[in-house]
Amino acid sequence: MTGKRVLTAYAVLYLLFLYAPIVLLPLFAFNDGTVIAFPLRGFTLEWFEELTRTAALHQATLNSLVIASSTSVLATCLGMFAARAGARFRFPGKGGILGFIMLPLVLPEIIVAISLLVVLLQLGLSLSIWTVVAGHVLICTPFAVAILNGSFAGLDRSLEEAAVDLGETPLSTFRLVTLPLVTPGIVASLLICFTISLDEFIIAFFLSGNQPTLPVYLWSQLRFPGRLPIIFALGTILVCLSVGLLVAAEIFRRRGLRKAGLKDTGGFL
Amino acid sequence: MGRLMRTDGARGLALVSPPLLYAILMLAAPLLMIVLTSFWTQNFMEIDRSFTLANYREAFTDPLYRTLMLRSLRISGLVTLVTVLTAFPIAYFVSFHVAPERKSLWLFLITIPFWTSYLIRVFLWRVILAFDGPVNGTLIGLGIIDQPLSFILYNANAVIITLAHAFAPFAILPIFVSLERIDRSLLEAARDLGESTAMTFLRVTLPLAAPGVLAAILIVFIPTIGDYVTPRLVGGSGGTMIANMIYAQIFDLNDRPMGATLAVCAMAVVGTIAVALILLSRRWTRTGG
Repeated sequence: MTGKRVLTAYAVLYLLFLYAPIVLLPLFAFNDGTVIAFPLRGFTLEWFEELTRTAALHQATLNSLVIASSTSVLATCLGMFAARAGARFRFPGKGGILGFIMLPLVLPEIIVAISLLVVLLQLGLSLSIWTVVAGHVLICTPFAVAILNGSFAGLDRSLEEAAVDLGETPLSTFRLVTLPLVTPGIVASLLICFTISLDEFIIAFFLSGNQPTLPVYLWSQLRFPGRLPIIFALGTILVCLSVGLLVAAEIFRRRGLRKAGLKDTGGFL
Repeated sequence: MGRLMRTDGARGLALVSPPLLYAILMLAAPLLMIVLTSFWTQNFMEIDRSFTLANYREAFTDPLYRTLMLRSLRISGLVTLVTVLTAFPIAYFVSFHVAPERKSLWLFLITIPFWTSYLIRVFLWRVILAFDGPVNGTLIGLGIIDQPLSFILYNANAVIITLAHAFAPFAILPIFVSLERIDRSLLEAARDLGESTAMTFLRVTLPLAAPGVLAAILIVFIPTIGDYVTPRLVGGSGGTMIANMIYAQIFDLNDRPMGATLAVCAMAVVGTIAVALILLSRRWTRTGG
């Protein structure tokens, strides 16, 4: 049993390692001093107040929200097509096609970013939040597919067949039977894609032109040591937001699994 | 039946076509474009579109590019090694020692840090590892060292620590999945037949977990080689990687073809290593069992 005790101790230490940066973040966000080092100086809300006065930040936040919402809707729609096709039909080249759709998951982001950039510049298109959306949809779709696969694969086909037998059209069957059953998966996918897009930096950095997203704005501020506490205050808000979104996504994912009568295998990936 | 299969196949293809077309348009076409661009040259303000291997010649002969590429490979390799070695015990712990109903809670706890702002996480490692940061502060406070450690920031070590942190869940999850698939009765059988716990682990658990370990290696190694933020923020000059050079070529030096060439080289190197690893592991599992 000593083996188990050693492993448990290791697991706790490992969690400490994983959470170390996130624990430090609020410490400096509320610290009354511009130098990011110990010892801490005292409590202040000044940095959070400063956030409300920074106009460039508000514009960047707005850009990010527009990008993240559009991305999550588009990627989830594309993900539904792929997950449905993968779960329900056998078609030629299935493995290759689905693998190709999942490819951005393992490709270095910088490759995706520069290849899109070179094409856009070659076509003479100007960079804007919509070019960022195009890139984000590409990298979010695999995550949407992974989440929705669970929902669509667990679907009992006889329910849909029963609906068709009872005189529903394929479209109304989808709306009345399939959709309600996969709704938790769709919500989870929307939330995850939103979170990924909100946090994504490299593609936004390459493709946003002069319409920075929140991470791109953040990056531009990292050069100014005096601005760091403000960045940490912003970071604290972002972390709370992501954790909230993730908890919501996890709740919906579990609800979806229960609805489909599946055993929880855990994790999004 | 044949007719049914045909229509089934056609309907499947029709259904999968929107995401497929999107991936072709936004991924395959741009990747082709990058390959094409890599054979062009930048001629001051405009691009010379005649086919040439000049960029590749430069990429292979210029010692700067060679150094950066080799360093990127070395750093990615070390990150992969460290991440997979430290992740395996965690995956093992969650799979074998955590009660089934609490497993998803553990996985959730492991994945949360991964979903929080990447930029800020990397930047915080700079704070943690800094000269006057908590690591040095604690070690000095405990009397273990009396001078701050300087080898943990602005060099390759800092890049490795930060990336190992960033990619931890990517390594833990595939290993966990493969451990979960192991039929527990096999372990009991090995034990009943007189194998020790350690030998059971080496001869039964580890070989059966190999596919997950391979997936973890690939999923960490491939993206880390293209990481831009971490080397830039914590790497200093000794931790600069190929992605930083690709960026500099495109934006600072305004030489898109050379940036494209370096990107193609990086992809080719990573792709070759990935394929080699997969083939090796296939051969190994065949001869092994």
